[in-house]
Amino acid sequence: MALTAEKQAATEGRDAAWRRRRRVIIDGVSLYGAVTLGGVIGSLLRWLVALLLPIVSGGLPWATFTANASGCFVIGFYAALTGPDGRLFVGPRMRQFVMTGICGGYTTFSGFSLETFGFLSGGDLHSAALYLILSLMSWLVAVWLGHIAASRLNNWGRI
Amino acid sequence: MTMSMAELLTGGAMVGLGAVFGTPARFFVSGLIARRFGETFPWGTLVVNVSGCVIMGAVAAFAVIHGLPPRSHAWLLVVTGFLGSYTTVSSFALQTRALVGDGEYRPALGYILFSLLLCLTAVGASFGASTLALAGAWP
Repeated sequence: MALTAEKQAATEGRDAAWRRRRRVIIDGVSLYGAVTLGGVIGSLLRWLVALLLPIVSGGLPWATFTANASGCFVIGFYAALTGPDGRLFVGPRMRQFVMTGICGGYTTFSGFSLETFGFLSGGDLHSAALYLILSLMSWLVAVWLGHIAASRLNNWGRI
Repeated sequence: MTMSMAELLTGGAMVGLGAVFGTPARFFVSGLIARRFGETFPWGTLVVNVSGCVIMGAVAAFAVIHGLPPRSHAWLLVVTGFLGSYTTVSSFALQTRALVGDGEYRPALGYILFSLLLCLTAVGASFGASTLALAGAWP
């Protein structure tokens, strides 16, 4: 009698451990799935921006510039809106979907670097410096504007 | 610009397929580095962006030597899809803002300078080395 109770307890312990492990696996897979789906959406949006914006010969790469700046605004806005003091409550998976997935896939550091290197290797130092400074300023200003806009929204109507 | 529906779909499939690999790779690498070296300084994003730029330089060298046009399927898959989703500017900007918001001005400035300097150097050095390896001569 005692033996079967012990056996049963052992079985239940194994079941609980298995259920915990299964939960960890499911959580991990769904988190990676959400981030990947967001990345696909963001990358397609970045590609669409590149298709829609005309390439001005001799000009700066405005498609990458536009995607990076607008992506920085969105991540600044969303991070503040769903942060600890935020008005919108979302789960960690949703936050990763939007921020790591969509915003991360939408913006690109490698594209920016290649374009800047292209100007440098072509001897066009003026365009390289202009593109670099304009890009950096636009990213930081955009993320700040997004943060300020969401903070305003968070405090709106609160005393 | 004009583009047929079929071109739009196959192009989109290439970009999407590249992102299916690039996005989780970024999530994995940045998480791994952050867990190992702590989250006070954004080492994860820095490592992701610099390593993406190393690959970018190699791909660009291959493209120049073998004539890979920026509208080709291979380019959309590897550069627009994979590398585009693997590297990120939005996290970089958000982390810089967070450092400044916490009064960490020196790390913020270091993060900006490190990211720009290392990424541009990575593209250039990788482009040069890859051209040397592929064509047997410096570009």
